[in-house]
Amino acid sequence: MRPITNTGATSLHSDSVSKDETKDLAAFSCPVPLPAGGRILLGHGSGGKLSAELLQNVFLPALGNPVLNRLEDQAIVSLNGVRLAITTDSFVVKPLIFRGGDVGSLAVHGTINDLAMGGAEPLWLSAAFILEEGLPIETLRRVVGSMHEAAANAGVEIVTGDTKVVEKGSADGIFINTTGIGLVREGITLSAAQARPGDAILVSGMLGDHGIAILAEREGLQFETAVQSDSAPLHTLVASLLEATREVRCLRDPTRGGLSSTLNEIAASSGVGMELEETSIPVREEVRGACEMLGLDPLYVANEGKLVAIVAPDSAEAALRALQNHPLGKDARIIGRVTSGHPRMVVMRTPFGTTRIVDMLTGDQLPRIC
Amino acid sequence: MKYLDEYRDVKIAHALAAEIRRRSTRPWVLMEICGGQTHTLMRYGIDDLLGESVQLVHGPGCPVCVTPLEMIDRAIALARLPEVTLVSYGDMLRVPGSETDLFHVKAEGGDVRVVYSPTDAVELARSQPGRQVVFFAIGFETTAPAHAMVVLQAERLGLRNFSLLVSHVLVPPAIRTLLSSPKNRVQGFIAPGHVCTVVGMRDYENLVREFHVPIVVGGFEPIDLLEAIHMLVAQLEEGRAEVENQYSRSVQYEGNRPAQEAVARVFEVSDRKWRGIGPIPESGLRLKEKFAAFDAERLFDLADVCAEEPSECISAEVLLGLKKPTDCSAFGTRCTPEKPLGAPMVSSEGACAAYHQYRRHLVTL
Repeated sequence: MRPITNTGATSLHSDSVSKDETKDLAAFSCPVPLPAGGRILLGHGSGGKLSAELLQNVFLPALGNPVLNRLEDQAIVSLNGVRLAITTDSFVVKPLIFRGGDVGSLAVHGTINDLAMGGAEPLWLSAAFILEEGLPIETLRRVVGSMHEAAANAGVEIVTGDTKVVEKGSADGIFINTTGIGLVREGITLSAAQARPGDAILVSGMLGDHGIAILAEREGLQFETAVQSDSAPLHTLVASLLEATREVRCLRDPTRGGLSSTLNEIAASSGVGMELEETSIPVREEVRGACEMLGLDPLYVANEGKLVAIVAPDSAEAALRALQNHPLGKDARIIGRVTSGHPRMVVMRTPFGTTRIVDMLTGDQLPRIC
Repeated sequence: MKYLDEYRDVKIAHALAAEIRRRSTRPWVLMEICGGQTHTLMRYGIDDLLGESVQLVHGPGCPVCVTPLEMIDRAIALARLPEVTLVSYGDMLRVPGSETDLFHVKAEGGDVRVVYSPTDAVELARSQPGRQVVFFAIGFETTAPAHAMVVLQAERLGLRNFSLLVSHVLVPPAIRTLLSSPKNRVQGFIAPGHVCTVVGMRDYENLVREFHVPIVVGGFEPIDLLEAIHMLVAQLEEGRAEVENQYSRSVQYEGNRPAQEAVARVFEVSDRKWRGIGPIPESGLRLKEKFAAFDAERLFDLADVCAEEPSECISAEVLLGLKKPTDCSAFGTRCTPEKPLGAPMVSSEGACAAYHQYRRHLVTL
């Protein structure tokens, strides 16, 4: 076996990055160096810091343009005076079918929600399937049936699609990509860059349900829980909210990376700080229990049917009532305020009156061992 | 949540903190041993509640942090072998070895799996007889019984493709090393409740006799820790030095006998290196000769995998309670959880990582 000796390097990857490569990247990216010659880790897909690095160091340098560079959940483009929202998302959930949904309904809801967070009325979806050789047709039938039902219930149409099949082992059952097009309401401009000190931070309900429902069914972790995925289309909830007040600055759905990643993204985009009240953050008892057992923090666990709203201070109560009057927002709460202090940092006041940072996720959330 | 919320009660916490502040006549220096306890102290900001009445320093009780660099390099070397499936607890994957970490080895095609329970590793070995399954067995006295049990289980099943890469450490020898240091300033210890649930309290009585220092076995919730601190301050103010048990809902004096017997059947005490501290005599466990067939270090040629630690890291002083993480010039700048220079920044239970995750808004970098 080859002996491994320490080279004295303090960075994991500094040796493998040539000076020229770093200089090229540095021209358009943030100072965090992506290891050249490095490889994709699972953490790059977790919606946290590694995902952000990939965006800054690979995608934006190559593909950046004024629309893409806004890094919202959807692109907003104008055509003959009409503002259209466009978004795309791929769904690779494991297991394919879980408590409260399946990959099909999730693909419809997720794309509707990305449109809704831009203040758009969702109209049309596409659906592209990557299927693994050997997949039972019955499973596909169930997933497609569920997509139809989800789209019909939400009042959107799936108007185009594509199917590819790959060799066994090259995919995991079914991967679905959905693209959505919607019409942005007049006079509405929502952006993660619009949060201002004093604004209220609202969430529309209990956090962490989707992530825990999925984890409960993962191989090696199976535990019994009544928690169901919260997968749901949020466009009617958004419509109710925007009818009640036009003073909404930003909407986001806290999916991968959970509430903490969403709030850190907004804080960074707007150059503001945030202060949360731990006691105001709604988390179901079963989800808290599962998180305690697994060593996870519910603030980092994924949601598929919740939104975060940043609302001007005077409209916060009206926004809260509008959310609470909708079936998907009955557990909505004001969880904190935007601050001018500690910019780009989300800080939480604990029940004890002390404070702590709520950081962005570094990689995948890892279970503790003791 | 029943059985947890009681131990996070705000009123009780504030009352205990007030009593600790009232009782302290000088800033006592106390150390919590376990990384789980450090995590709770930071998460709830308990040191803020106590003001100047006590100074908390954070001990070497994060198993991920103290696993020596060369053992991580050995795990990485094993994971790169085409015939090996390396199985580990999740937080070991991110720990940097000399050149890389297990996450990157996995991305390069190495077969690295994460489990919550070591019995899942035995199941993997059983279900894929053509592959060598190596479990990276790290931890303190808490994880040792489960690791002993899987060796016994593998023996009973007659498995020939299952082994452990053992890097087990023991708490009392680390406390002894710390107390024997001429630079020691720790005046009382919160002993790790889960370790004592397994091994009991006898070893800690020996330490109290030898060094005349109070030790309170403590739990992991805010009220547990405040109560343990309160008990330590009372002992110090009264000039007593005893072993007391705050975590009596889990810890019994004798510990868990069947768990101790399982460990004694499979493992024996050995010298071990601690990351950041160095070698400590008789501070770890290794597999007994009888179980050599399950010892990855004997099955695979790993002896020439060795490593030295980066010199800028002050982890030895942090792990021994001589310095706070924020005393380090690299804290939060050249050393972060994404690019850790040393052990305590690695795991969420490491002292530097806990400071970085929860408290860096209170310090100026």
